[in-house]
Order: sequence, then structure tokens, then C-alpha cells
Amino acid sequence: MQKKMAYSFPDEVLEHVFSFIQSDKDRNAVSMVCKSWYDIERWCRRKIFVGNCYAVNPRIVIRRFPEVRSIELKGKPHFADFNLVPDGWGGYVFPWILEMARAYPWLEEIRLKRMVVTDESLELIAKSFKNFKVLVLFSCEGFSTDGLAAIAASCKNLRELDLRDSEVDDLSGHWLSHFPETYTSLVSLNISCLGSDEVSFSALERLVGRCPNLRTLLLNRAVPLDKIANILRRAPQLVEFGTGTYTAELRPDVFSYLAGAFSSCKELRSLSGFWEAVPAYIPAIYSVCSRLTSLNLSFATIQNPDLIKLVSLCPSLQRLLVLDYIEDSGLEALASSCKDLQELRVFPSDPFGVEPNVSLTEQGLVAISWGCPKLESVLYFCRQMSNAALVTIAQNRPNLTRFRLCIIDPKTVDYLTHEPLDVGFGAIVEHCKDLRRLSLSGLLTDRVFDYIGTYAKKLEMLSVAFAGDSDLGLHHVLSGCESLRKLEIRDCPFGDKALLANAAKLETMRSLWMSSCSVSFGACKLLGQKMPRLNVEVIDERGHPDSRPESCPVDKLYIYRSVAGPRVDMPPFVWTKDEDSSLRLS
Amino acid sequence: MEGGLVLLGGGGSSGVSTDESAVSKVEVVSEASSFPAESELELGLGLSLGRSSVGTTGRTKAGTSSWGECGRILTAKDFSSVVSHRTNNGGPSSVAVSETKRAAESISHEGGSPTDVSQVVGWPPIRAYRMNSLVNQAKAPRVEEDKEIGEKDKPKDALKKKLYDSSAVNDKGHLGFVKVNMDGIPIGRKVDLNAHSCYESLALALEDMFLRSANSVGAGMEQVTKPSKLLDGSSELVLTYEDKEGDWMLVGDVPWRMFLSSVRRLRIMRTSEANGLAPRFHQGNERQRIKPI
Repeated sequence: MQKKMAYSFPDEVLEHVFSFIQSDKDRNAVSMVCKSWYDIERWCRRKIFVGNCYAVNPRIVIRRFPEVRSIELKGKPHFADFNLVPDGWGGYVFPWILEMARAYPWLEEIRLKRMVVTDESLELIAKSFKNFKVLVLFSCEGFSTDGLAAIAASCKNLRELDLRDSEVDDLSGHWLSHFPETYTSLVSLNISCLGSDEVSFSALERLVGRCPNLRTLLLNRAVPLDKIANILRRAPQLVEFGTGTYTAELRPDVFSYLAGAFSSCKELRSLSGFWEAVPAYIPAIYSVCSRLTSLNLSFATIQNPDLIKLVSLCPSLQRLLVLDYIEDSGLEALASSCKDLQELRVFPSDPFGVEPNVSLTEQGLVAISWGCPKLESVLYFCRQMSNAALVTIAQNRPNLTRFRLCIIDPKTVDYLTHEPLDVGFGAIVEHCKDLRRLSLSGLLTDRVFDYIGTYAKKLEMLSVAFAGDSDLGLHHVLSGCESLRKLEIRDCPFGDKALLANAAKLETMRSLWMSSCSVSFGACKLLGQKMPRLNVEVIDERGHPDSRPESCPVDKLYIYRSVAGPRVDMPPFVWTKDEDSSLRLS
Repeated sequence: MEGGLVLLGGGGSSGVSTDESAVSKVEVVSEASSFPAESELELGLGLSLGRSSVGTTGRTKAGTSSWGECGRILTAKDFSSVVSHRTNNGGPSSVAVSETKRAAESISHEGGSPTDVSQVVGWPPIRAYRMNSLVNQAKAPRVEEDKEIGEKDKPKDALKKKLYDSSAVNDKGHLGFVKVNMDGIPIGRKVDLNAHSCYESLALALEDMFLRSANSVGAGMEQVTKPSKLLDGSSELVLTYEDKEGDWMLVGDVPWRMFLSSVRRLRIMRTSEANGLAPRFHQGNERQRIKPI
């Protein structure tokens, strides 16, 4: 009787129900209920997220999901951000664009992270997708302003162009002029990464002036302070704004014009940019401070007391990125004025200085943990830490979901007790039951990994550097962290045993990165042979691993699950269990 | 291998660590053996699980690599002796710091790369995008000029003197990675300029990267003193760079430090294409030999 009811339910009704289900995880769950649901779901899935572009290939995706409108792809491993992945490793988007140009003519959105994007890819996008609306290139590289010009010229329905943190070859600032005069649909433009000294200001102003729906505008350093006011006056509806270089000689007329421009932006909620900011011009933004929910001062060179004064004027702040110029005193002020703070990132102003240049210690973070009840995401660079401070933070803020602590000198001990920081981080994972992301630093033994394996059941991403004593540490994590998806390790004494003993675990994760550890090539080959659904890549620029003694560990190791089989675009310095060089480029 | 490539400023012990385990960490590691051994793991817990005895062998063979890590490779053993002294009591520990500095000087190599700052690749974990901004902001103060658009070396006022005093030590800034492209090769590479102290070593590193196959073992074991074909005009390729103003210049004409402060990226181009560029070519047949500093 129930069976009959299920079969008589028309597909369109199910499709309609499924359309309310947006999250990938839920969609995946829906597709596994039964075969008919799988079939219906795949035809109406519009949005795809591929966390590792090598876990699958375009043909497999297209075959299963024929009507995709939006795709997100991630390429290189996270440690590529810190120059640990050699150039040429991979992450090329072109093969994807090529296939999608054929299969998804109605594709509207492409979001890429850490991928190599060429001008050719951009030109193909511009040519192939008539209704293209969103292009986000997060930490990408390989393209120039020529590619951007092609996008500007052809994508009549473009809403969003976001180049955040990408490396763009600036050939000419005139690419902006390629947006036709008839083009008015821009909603979001982020060009903050561009270095070009020749941003065409008139083209920019005209573009801003004719796009009434513009909500987000993040300028690059080349836009000088005295040009901002005109831009703001043309776009008073802006919600998110990033200045260019925020320094100029103080001139009262320029100042008041700018202050007036800011005050006319009643919707403004987020500010960023502020390169080389001078205190004299900071008061120009005071009128918007009370409404600000997000403030990125991490490129601003202003110090206390100007910095404290600014931050204290922003009681609605939910997100703050700042340099350590804020010091402990500034964080204490923040803790008392910004009760809605959810995310805090404190970056070092002088990471390579031998001695601290500012008075920022663990006390600042402790103060925040006392004062900000909604705090859930922390990225904190400092030079000293204690177990006691970490325990306090953990007890105060069990609602933390992301905790990334970087004590600048590797293996720094608890400065009060001279002990490792195992207990402190142990408290973090014990109290913060919803912790999803954790980065460790300081002197740590295998004990901290025992804590993590025991308590961090929701942990999805763990970053480890210069920590641990033996394979037991790695084993604790791999065997204990049930939700682990991404594990990245550098400079730790972890070797073959824990890896091989937990081989099956690796298939439940997106990826594992290990560099400067103690894994042998033999173990890598073995792992690759035993686990056909894992790609085990040894990244080593010193030549073939067999040319070194058996005991010599591999330089870098990147393991990820894949249904696409071994890559076909591996560079010469990537070695796998197949030593077949016909699988190589060149 | 323990710790891998660590702070150059760490420890005073000499020699490359061989098969010594982390004996200095006994008191910490002994805790590990008090945990119940996982039966399925059979690790035979001990301090050193037959760990590789030669650490980063490939790189320590000659002490240098094609990436120009000109200092000696330290391991955790060297480092841990500094760690046990490091007691940051809320401020700089002058004892540890001066030990660090002396130790660093004592192990500095003939390559002469900076030894008073961390040489660990990718640490602290700050993204390249942010590093670039730090470098530009931390440059030594210059004479006040009219404000030019995009001019990165803005004059700073006295408030920031504190900032400069500390970063004058590493006034090169630490992000030395610049892009290098070679004519005919679609994919560029990146090279860390701070790992070199002279044009010769940079040119040799680039030759290794582009002109030799990645498979040759022993690439990077060249002596730094061997002259580079890229610099003396004897090969069909020439090394050029784009400076802050966007002009392309021949590499090698200005003092090394001046080069460092103005270079934006590098390009290896065919000599035939390089004709419009060079002051050097205009100096008749005189060939300047670049001497290592």
C-alpha cells in the first residue's frame, strides 16, 4: 500500500519539494533514498560544489548532473597559500571550462579557489555562456587583464566579478573600459588584488555611476584617496566598500568632501582596504561606524590610540580583521564595546622581527573571550601563550567553531610554566564541542593529539606544524576524529606506520597533506597500490625518489580520494606508484 | 626526520643531525608511553620509530639546493636546545635572542643568505597576498615626495619609527618570491629572492629551474662561484626584470640591494629581443662581470 503511494507521486511534485533543499549535503542525502529519487534529483540539481578538482572529472559530473547552473571548484591544497606547493603542480581549470562550454550553455556561475586560470579559459567563458552572471576567482593565478577584458566585453548579464587575492598579470588598466556603455547590471566588483597603476578612473566612475544595483565595490591600491569621494557619491547604495591606498596630505577640503561622501552611504555595513592608512583621514568614516558589521583593517598601518578610538565607535561589529597594532589594550577596548563580535583575525605587522614590536600577547585574546559572548571564529598571531590562557578561553567560549592560533616561533613553550601547550589545546577541543577548524602551534607532544582524537568529534580541518613526537600522534588524529575531512601537516615526526594503519580513514577524508615529515616512498607506493581510490602524490623536486636511499623521506605528500583515477596532467616533480612517464606532461 | 627545515637562528650545535633522536625531549615524550598502546597499531612505541636517519638528505648533501637555501639545514635537535631556553616572559628574552643571533652567525654559510631571520619556507603561515603588503609597508622610510598614485614607499611619520627600527633588520622584507617566466615556456615559476645574496646565485638557480631537467640529481650542487651564462651575455638567453615603474631592465646592472628593492618580476628572454633594454649593451664591448658580494 505504501509502495503504491510512493510510485504514484509525480516527479514534478518531488522536484518542487527538492527545490527547497539547497545544501549539498542534504541534496546528496536525498539522492541516496532510492533510485527514482536519485534520478529526479540529478536532473534538478543546479549547484555543484567540488572540493577537490581532482576528486572527480568534468565528464563524470556532467553525466550525472546535466542541468547545472552554478559550479564551485577548488584546486591546490591549502598550503599552496604559503608557497609549499611548487608552481606547475596543477589545478588547471581549462579542461573543466572546455567540457562545460559544450554541456552547460546556460551556466551562470563559476567560483574557483586556488586554481590556475588562463586568459584562454576566461575568453572561453566569455564566449560560451550567454547568461553568465557570477565569476569568483579566489586565490587564483595564471591570467591577465586581457582575460578580464574579454569577460567585461562579452558578459552582458554579469552581476559579480570577484578576484579576491588572485595574482593577476596587470597588462593594462583599460580592461575596465571594455564594459560597454549599455552594461548596467553589476552588483559586486572586487578588484582589490590588482596592482595596476593605470586603473582608468573615469571608466571606473562611469561604470559605478551607471550600475544602480551595485552593492559591493572593493577597489585596489592604485585608487588614491582623493578619488574615493566621487565614486562613493555615485554609489550611495553601497553595502560593502573597499578603499584604495588611504593616505594623502591632510587637506580640509578633501577631508570634508570625503566625510560627506561616506555619510551619504546609509547602507554601508562593511569597510576594507585602508592600505597605508593615515590617522588624519580615519575620522572621515566615523559617520558610518555605528552601522558597520564588518571592518578589515589588516592592511592599515594605524596604531593606538587612533585604532582603539576607531574600533570603539563600532558597536555593531561582527567581524574584525586587524593588525597586531591593536595590542592587548585595544582588544580589551574591543571586548567592552563590541558585544556582537563573531569573528576576529589579528595579523602580525612584523612577523620576522626578532623581537616583538607591539604589546600583543595572549592577554588580548583572553580579554576578548571574556567580553564577546558570540565569538566563534578566531585567527590569532602572537608570540607567547600559556596553557592557563587557553583553558580560560576554552571555558569562556565553548561556542568556538574555528580556532587558529599561530605562535610565531615554532615550538614555543608555555611562557609561564615552560611546558608544552598540550593541556591548553586539549581544553579547547574538550570545551568547544562544535569546533570545526583548528590550527595548532607552540610546543606540542603526542599528548595533544590524544586530546584531539578523544574530544574533537566535529573537527573537519586540522593544521599541524612542528608538533608531535611519534606516529602515535598522527594515529590519534586519524583514528579519533570522526568528522575529519582535511588534515595538513608540516615538519612533524610522523612516518609510515600511522599512515598505513589508517589507510581506510583516508578514503573518508577529502585530503591529507604531509610535508617535511618522515614518510618513505615505499610506504607511499604501498598505499597507492592498496587503495585504488586514493591518489597518492609525492611532490619532490629533488628527482626520482628511488634515486635517494630508502630511508630518505619524501619531501611532500598529498593524498586525496578520487573517483577519477590518476591525474593526466602531473608535472615532472610529482611521483606516484605508477612510474609510467607516459602519464606526464612533457 | 624531526622538524625539518627550522629556524636558522636555532641552536649552536654543529653538524647535520644524523641518527640521533630527540633526546632533548625525553621528559616530554616519556608521557607518550603512558598511553595505552593501540592493539591494532603495534607501533612499538619509542622515541624514534626507525625514523629516517639523514633528515632532509637531498638538501643537506651539499648544504644547498637549487632553491638556494644557502644556510645549513638545521633539525629539531639544534632547535630544541634553543626552545628549552626560550622563556618569553611577556617580553623579548634577551638571553635567548642573543644566543640565537650568535648561533645564527656561527653557522652562516659562504652563500651568505640572511641569517638573523627565520628561513623556514611558508612560516609563519601568512598568505603571499598579505606578505606583499607587509613588505611594502615595512620598507625603510624615504624622503617625503609628492604623493604618487600607487607609490608603495610612502613616507612614514615618527609614530612609525618603532616599526622601522625593528624591521630594518630585515629590510628586504621577507617575501622574496617573484615570478619568473621564460620565453617559450607557458608556465612560470617563482623564485625566492631572499634566498640569494648575489646575482650569480640567483642566475644559477634560474638556470637549474628552467634549463636543466628536473630529474637530474645533483642539480643545485654547483658552487656559487661558477659564472652564470645568463648574466654574461654568452648564451642566447638573457635575464631581465620588470621594475617598479614597469620598465624592463637587464639584470645585473645595479647593486644587488637596489635590484631587490625595485624588482617586480623576472623574465628570461632571447637575446635578440632584449635589444631595446640595456644600458649594458650600450657600453660598447665592455662586459661587466658580476662579482658575488
